[in-house]
Amino acid sequence: MIGSLEYSTLQGLWWLLCSIVGALFLCLNFVQGGQSLLWTVPRTAEEKSLFVNSLGLKWELTFTTLVTFGGALFAAFPLFYATSFGGAYWMWILILFTFILQAVSYEFRNKPRNLLGGRTYELFMLINGTLGVLLIGTVVGTFFTGSEFTLDQYNVVAWVSPLRGIEAVFEPFNLGLGLFMVFHARTLGAMYLLNNLDPGSQGDLADRLRRATGINFIVSLPFLMYVLVRLLLMKGHEVRAEGAIVLAPHKYLDNLLAHPVLPVMLAAGLALVAWGVGKSARSASLRGIWFGGFGTFLIGLTLLLLPAYHNTAFYPSRTDPASGLTIFNASSSRFTLTVMTYVALFIPLILAYIAYVWRAMAGKRVGVDDVRNEEAY
Amino acid sequence: MIENLDPTMVDWARAQFALTAMYHWIFVPLTLGLTWFIAYCHTISYRTGNEEWKRLTRFWMRLFAVNFAVGVATGIILEFEFGTNWSNYSWMVGDIFGAPLAIEGLFAFFLESTFFAVMFFGWDRVSRRFHLVSTWMVALGSNLSAVWILVANAWMQHPAGQEFNPDTARFEMNSFRDIVFSPVAVAKFTHTASSSMVLSAFFVISVSSWYLLKGRHRTMARRSIVLASVFCLLSSLFVIFTGDQSAYAVAQKQPMKLAACEGLLRGQTGADLIAIGVVKDDHDIRDDKQVTRLNIGIPELLSYLANRNFKSFVPGVRDMVYGNPEQNLLGAKQKMVKGRTALAALAAYRSDRQAGDEAGAAAARDTLRANQDYIGYGYLEKPEDAVPPIALSFYSFHFMVILGTLFPVVSVLFLLVAWRNTFEKHRGLLRVGTILLIPGMIAHWLGWIVAEVGRQPWAIQDLLPVNVAATRLSSGSVRATFFLFLFLFTVLLIAEVGIMLKQISIGPEEG
Repeated sequence: MIGSLEYSTLQGLWWLLCSIVGALFLCLNFVQGGQSLLWTVPRTAEEKSLFVNSLGLKWELTFTTLVTFGGALFAAFPLFYATSFGGAYWMWILILFTFILQAVSYEFRNKPRNLLGGRTYELFMLINGTLGVLLIGTVVGTFFTGSEFTLDQYNVVAWVSPLRGIEAVFEPFNLGLGLFMVFHARTLGAMYLLNNLDPGSQGDLADRLRRATGINFIVSLPFLMYVLVRLLLMKGHEVRAEGAIVLAPHKYLDNLLAHPVLPVMLAAGLALVAWGVGKSARSASLRGIWFGGFGTFLIGLTLLLLPAYHNTAFYPSRTDPASGLTIFNASSSRFTLTVMTYVALFIPLILAYIAYVWRAMAGKRVGVDDVRNEEAY
Repeated sequence: MIENLDPTMVDWARAQFALTAMYHWIFVPLTLGLTWFIAYCHTISYRTGNEEWKRLTRFWMRLFAVNFAVGVATGIILEFEFGTNWSNYSWMVGDIFGAPLAIEGLFAFFLESTFFAVMFFGWDRVSRRFHLVSTWMVALGSNLSAVWILVANAWMQHPAGQEFNPDTARFEMNSFRDIVFSPVAVAKFTHTASSSMVLSAFFVISVSSWYLLKGRHRTMARRSIVLASVFCLLSSLFVIFTGDQSAYAVAQKQPMKLAACEGLLRGQTGADLIAIGVVKDDHDIRDDKQVTRLNIGIPELLSYLANRNFKSFVPGVRDMVYGNPEQNLLGAKQKMVKGRTALAALAAYRSDRQAGDEAGAAAARDTLRANQDYIGYGYLEKPEDAVPPIALSFYSFHFMVILGTLFPVVSVLFLLVAWRNTFEKHRGLLRVGTILLIPGMIAHWLGWIVAEVGRQPWAIQDLLPVNVAATRLSSGSVRATFFLFLFLFTVLLIAEVGIMLKQISIGPEEG
C-alpha cells in the first residue's frame, strides 16, 4: 500500500512526520526551561540538585528528539539540510555548541574533580536553556520570514550575509518567536518540576514553582501576541504554477483558512496551555504540565505545518525567491521516502515504550533521597 | 559542473571532521563494549541476588555514564557537520546517506536514551526484572546505533544500491537492501563492534589491575578481570577474523586503499604481505621505484588476503593511476577522461532539457550513463590525485595489525593468571594491565585512519571527491570552528578523565 502512494503524498506525509518530531521537541523543551529556572527558583544547593536530578531523567529524551529531527530532515529533505546547515553556518554552530554544553553538564556537575566546578556546569545549562532555545526559535522564524541565499543550478548554496545565519536574530519576528519559546519553555519547566518533584521534599518550593509558572507565562504572552498578529498579516512565499515562487499577501492567514484543522489545533493548543498554566499557578493541581505539554505540541505542530502546505515555500529565499525550498523541490526521491515510510511504521512502537518507561519512572517522584545517593547528578 | 572549492577550506573542514571523529571515538567504543559487560554483570546480579555483583555492576555503570555523556556531545556534532561543512555532499547523497542516520535516531537513540535513565536511576523505581531488561536495551540501542552509522560509513566506501539522477544532479537510492547488507557494511560493523569489546575489556582490566596493585576491592577486581579476559580473548580472536574480512572487502572494493596500506607500487602476482617495513621519505609514485624498504614480507599472503588465491594478481598504485592493459585495468588517467565526459554530458543534458531539445538531452543522457561510474574522476586535476597519503596509510595499517595480533596474547596471559589466582606473583603483568587501554585506543584510531585517510581523495568512493563535497565557506570560518571545538573538546576530555580517575579512586560503594 505504501509503495503505491503518490510522490506528492509521500512528500506531504514526511513533512508531517518531521513536524511531529519537531513539535515533540518543542514540547520537551521543558527540560531547557527547567535548566534556566535553576538560576532563579531554587534557594539552596539541595533544591538545585532536586531540579537537576528531575530534569536529568528526561534531558536525553529531548536531546535524542532533536537529533532525530535533524536525521529525519536529512533523510526526507536533504536540500533543506544542505542549504540551512551549510548556509546559516554560524547559527547552527552556536546552537550545537549550546547542546554540547548541555550533554556533559548533567553528568559532570556533581562529580568530584570535574575541572570547572559545579556552578560552571549550571551556567552551561542556563546557556542551553536560554540561548539554545532562543536560537532554535529564531531558525523556526526563518521558515516564515526567509533567509538571504541563492542556489545555483546544481543546488549549491551561496549565503549572502557574512553573519552566516546570525542575521536572523535581527528580524523582529524571529526574535519574538525565539523569546516566546524561551519564556514558554520556562513555563513548561516550572510545570514539569511541580509535577515531578516530591511535594513534601522542600518547604515552599512548590509555591515558588507555581509563581514561576504564572510569571513566565505572562512574560511570554506579549511575544506570543506579536508573533500571532504578524503571522496573520505577513506576506509569504507562494508557489505558483510551473513552480514559480512569488510573495503573496497574508499568505499564512490564507493557509490557516485553507486548512481548518490548523486554526483548530492552534486554538486548542493555546487553550490547553492556558488551562495547564491556570491549574499549575492557581490551584493545588500538579497535572498542569500534561495540558501545557500537549498544548505546546499542538501549537508547535501548527507552526511547523503552516509554512509548508498549501503551495508555500517552507524555507524561503529573500534574495532570490526562485531559490526557495518547498517540500517538493527539497525532498528525497520517491524510493527513499517509500523506504522511510515503511520504517516509520515502527514509530507507534517507539512511542509506546517511551510512554511505558515514562509512566514506570514517574511512579516515584524525585525527592531528597534521590539527590543524596552516589549516582545523583 | 560544480566547481572545486578553496583547498585550504576543504583541508580545515577535513581537519575539523577528523578532530570530532577522533574525540568521539575515544568514548564510543568504550560505550559499545562496556554496555554488554555491564548487562552481563547485571544479569548475574539479578540471578544470584549477590550484593558483590550488584556493587560491581553499579560501579561499572557509573564509569559508563561519565563516558557516555561526552560520546553523546561529540556525536551530535558529527551528524550536523555533514550539513554545516559538507553541504554539497548532503544534497548530492542525502537521499541515501540520510536514511541510515534517521533510522539510527528512531531505532537506536530512542532505545538508548529512554532506557538509559531506567538503567541508571531505576534501582528502586522499577521492578528488578524491568531494570535488567533496561540494561540490555541500552546495550542493544548502543550497538544498533553503531550498525546504522557504520552502514552509512560503509556506503561512502562502497556506494552500492544507488544511481545517478541527471534531472536532480544527485545520487539516489535504488536498493535499500544493497546498502544495508553490502559486504563492506557487514565487515565494518563486525570489525568495529568486536574491537570495541576488546577495548572495553582492556578498560576493565586496566582499572581492575590498578585495584589489585593497590590491594583494594580485590574480589570485585578479580571477578572483573576474569570476565574481561574471557570477553577480550573471544572478541580479539573475532577481531582477527573480521579484520581479514575487512581487508578482503577493501581489496575488492577499494584496491587503491589496500595498495597504499601495503606500499605496493607495482602490481604483483603472488604478492607478499609486508609484515614490517619503512616508507621511503622521498617516495614518488611517478618514479618507478619501490616505495618501502627494509621489508620483512610473508610470501604470497597479500594475494590470498585480497583474492583468496595465493597466486592471484594484486594491483599496485601505479596500475591504478596509469592503467595496466595486461591486467585489463583502467588507470585514473583514463577514468578522468570518462569522468570529464560524464560531467560535460550532464551539463549538456540539463541545458538541452531547459531549451526543450529532447533528442539532444537523450543523447547526452546516454553518454552520461556510459561514463557515470567515473564521474568523480572528472573533478581530479591529475591522475596522481587519486592516490591517498601512502606513508600515513601504510604505518597506520601495519601498527594496527601488529597491535591487534598482540591483543589475544595479552588476554590469554590475564586469563591464565586469573584462572590460577596468582596475581600477587605477577605484579609486572598487572602494571602492564593498567596501561592496556592506551594501545587499545591507539589501535582503534589507527583503524579509522586506515578507513578514512586510505580512501582519499574521495568523500564517496569514485563518485565524489572531498573538494566538491564541502560547503562553500570561507576558510576563516571553518578554521575558527576547528579551534573552538578543539578547545571545547580538550576541556571536556580533561574534565572527563579527571572525573573518571576520581571515581576509580573512590571505587565501588562499600557493602
